[in-house]
Amino acid sequence: MSIVEDARQLAQGAMQGAMAKAVALAPDSWVPGGKPDPLIARQHGHVGKPVSRLDGPLKVSGTARFAAEFSFDNMVYGALVYSTIAKGRIVEIDTGEAEAAPGVVTVMTHRNAPRLNPPPVFLSNPKAAGGDTLPVMQDDRIHWNGEPVAVVLAQTQEQADHAASLIRVRYAEETALLGFEEAKARGTRQGLFMGPPLHNEIGEAEAALAAAPVKVDATYRTPRHNHNAIELHAVTVAWQGETLRVHDASQLVAHTAWSMAQIFGIDAAQVVITSPFVGGGFGGKCMWQHHILAAAAAKVAGRPVRLVLSREGVYRIVGGRSLTEQRVALGASPDGKLKALIHTGTTAKTADNVMPEPFIMPTRSAYAAETMLLDVQTVELDMLANTFMRAPGEAVGTFALESAIDELAEALAIDPIELRMRNDPEKDPISGLPFSSHNLAEAYRAGAERFGWGARAARPGAVRDGEWLVGMGCATGTYPYYRMPGGAARITLRSDGHATIDIAAHEMGMGTATAQTQVAADRLGLELDAITFNYGDSTLPGVVLAGGSQQTASIGASVIAAHHALVKELLKTAGNDSPLAGLEPDQVASRDGGLCKLDDPARYESYASILRRAQRDTICVEASPPQPLETMHWSMHSHCAMFCEVRVNAVTGEPRVSRFLGSFDCGRILNPKTASSQFRGGIIMGLGLALMEETLFDERNGRIMNPSLADYHVPVHMDVPDIDVIWTDIADPHTPMGAHGIGEIGITGTGAAIANAIYNATGKRVRDLPITLDKLL
Amino acid sequence: MAITINGDAVSVPDDPRVSLLDLLREDLRLTGTKKGCNQGACGACTVLVDGERILSCLALAVQYDGRAITTIEGLGAAGALHPLQQAFIEHDGFQCGYCTPGQICSAVAMVAEARRGVPSHVTGDLDAGAITLTHDELRERMSGNLCRCGAHNGIMAAIAETFAEAAE
Repeated sequence: MSIVEDARQLAQGAMQGAMAKAVALAPDSWVPGGKPDPLIARQHGHVGKPVSRLDGPLKVSGTARFAAEFSFDNMVYGALVYSTIAKGRIVEIDTGEAEAAPGVVTVMTHRNAPRLNPPPVFLSNPKAAGGDTLPVMQDDRIHWNGEPVAVVLAQTQEQADHAASLIRVRYAEETALLGFEEAKARGTRQGLFMGPPLHNEIGEAEAALAAAPVKVDATYRTPRHNHNAIELHAVTVAWQGETLRVHDASQLVAHTAWSMAQIFGIDAAQVVITSPFVGGGFGGKCMWQHHILAAAAAKVAGRPVRLVLSREGVYRIVGGRSLTEQRVALGASPDGKLKALIHTGTTAKTADNVMPEPFIMPTRSAYAAETMLLDVQTVELDMLANTFMRAPGEAVGTFALESAIDELAEALAIDPIELRMRNDPEKDPISGLPFSSHNLAEAYRAGAERFGWGARAARPGAVRDGEWLVGMGCATGTYPYYRMPGGAARITLRSDGHATIDIAAHEMGMGTATAQTQVAADRLGLELDAITFNYGDSTLPGVVLAGGSQQTASIGASVIAAHHALVKELLKTAGNDSPLAGLEPDQVASRDGGLCKLDDPARYESYASILRRAQRDTICVEASPPQPLETMHWSMHSHCAMFCEVRVNAVTGEPRVSRFLGSFDCGRILNPKTASSQFRGGIIMGLGLALMEETLFDERNGRIMNPSLADYHVPVHMDVPDIDVIWTDIADPHTPMGAHGIGEIGITGTGAAIANAIYNATGKRVRDLPITLDKLL
Repeated sequence: MAITINGDAVSVPDDPRVSLLDLLREDLRLTGTKKGCNQGACGACTVLVDGERILSCLALAVQYDGRAITTIEGLGAAGALHPLQQAFIEHDGFQCGYCTPGQICSAVAMVAEARRGVPSHVTGDLDAGAITLTHDELRERMSGNLCRCGAHNGIMAAIAETFAEAAE
């Protein structure tokens, strides 16, 4: 990023800082969440029930339709050609043979692509969706190895793929900066995240470390990762008059509509993005070049286009998680109190994105250390822009931090759980804010008991079963509670007592429609089948990111706001002949398909009756929740205690996870069935992070070397044991429904729990992920 | 020339490059069969050919003249689900649902393989005849079907329950 952009972000950060101070000091009642959501107290409704997914029958029968499964008349198929150099210029691009190939309709290169504005990069604007700001196919410049240089459109996919193979490109190569060590040697820069610098200091941490009687100080490394959702990134697009219609796989439909409008220089209302089902996202299904190239090529050809990336294509043009090198140094007194906590290091990004992997995020709220030094430095490489991947920062940051805590526990000869409890903070260690909800101790107590932690041998390498070394480890995970601005929802209530909720939210496996139908049913006092939950369409209200585990909160707060508006409208409509006459909105509640007086439930009238008397077929309201000031007033986080048992083969070094338990403190659980799946899913991706996942980047030429599911290993059935998940179910009194989003917490702490178990089994401390068998031989 | 797909005769495509997967998805709009890698690494495109599981992305459609293909749409439909499809819902054996049709088709044929005595990497006694589908046998035999959401436990529970007699 430029100096100007850095300055802009810093100024934004300073402004946020000043505002945060004012909000921190405000009375609770002035802040959203200051008064608990009434649904928290409601114990016998639909919330909390293990309802099976409402869209389950569609998914198991193959009738849920994904982006590449919608069609337009006269549609053509696209194929991309990718650069084979990391930096330089296209000297010549010969498309003649491709253009002459059977079925080819159009070949688009930088020479004939429409003029486009650069993409707005994610976080640069509340509605920005782009992975980076690089212009898309606008000139002869190459910025990374794998950048698209041509789009071929043909009548069939086979014809497009073949023609793409006929395009010849000659490059003038320039020297690219590809090596992490080389880049560090040239100098690093302060990492900025969503404005403020990734830097915190409390006291003199280095001096305190030097003076501490017991200390550990080590460097941990984590590699690049790819999301690898099983659904390939795909769009099916058409220009219908001046409207751009996109069937997308998206975790941010409204952002994408606005961003595509900026790029094509049209009004945001002229772009319609729909995405009813997303075949896995994990941070990867945002806006990348395939959206822009498909829409541009459709314009050039005057035909609708389907563009499905190949698996290699996903690796070439959709960014993943960047690598990190982290130092964690801990100093403690003999009783285990932390005197110094240092967590610093470097990550790689590109010059054109704003996403340094923020690995110190979990450390900011984890421990009550007397002194702290936290810092993220960045280098900029000539590579594909890195991006958010499940628990950005926390997934890899907790690996380093929680491995170090385990090392310190051994140095102190204190049980690792006991060490953590001795440093469990009572308030946020950095901001000093009170926690909205913090029950980590309870999560550890329940988890340790259920897992049988007491049977762990403290001495590494002490347990052997035949040729298998057996060990146990634990670690803390944490993820912030976010609620981003921009939420909005519409409720349409019909005279037959049916309600439709409309919000531009997303379903990519979380069970959004199911859990939110349960919530809406309780909120409106209706049965599940009296609720329709519409989502996945940019024309619906709200700018709602399915990311940062914030969608549940954003939808929850939006529906609360819309419900308030609905109650107000209903009371107005009810008039003087209603038993509710004369009541104010804050005196009534929804129950049994109608409204009642809060302290006199017998004073009741059904929605149907209210609408009938007013001769109304429907009442429709739309509302937005207040700004999310609660996250500046309380320190808001989810927590978990992860427990792992591994078996490491003494002969081959093969590590296997044999048992795993996640004990979660994530507020109230809305649907135990779908929540369990989200928890397990996070843990399984963490198992991959710990033992097998690595995107191999060739530092000689900038090429990703393993762009396939055969060469990038994700956990398969045989790698996954039965995973036990439990939770405190203690509601956060300051969030909608008392709930937290839970999509990311499961991957946090998992890597360290596995690494610590491997140490306990073998006596080998591996600080370099993934922990493959060669490192254990 | 014709392929039987879910009981219907379908002509083989003119272009010999068309995979069975693309025939299903693009020509016949049977989009329940999914494309996750198009190179035989993920299992999302698993279909049944005369009852045996294959990866339809690695199969050229023209090779299947005269064969009977069953896709997820042929196993059961919403309202008339196959017991395994119902069990996937009960045990939450999926999240995003994209790998799901492949998992289900794969499991149906996998159980038949075990009944025929086809051994796997974890089978101890290769002469035993019928295979007992232990937890390890199930996991090993389903490992060609990737799931990134992490629904592995639910998938195993759904298969084990549906084919209980096979799984002891």
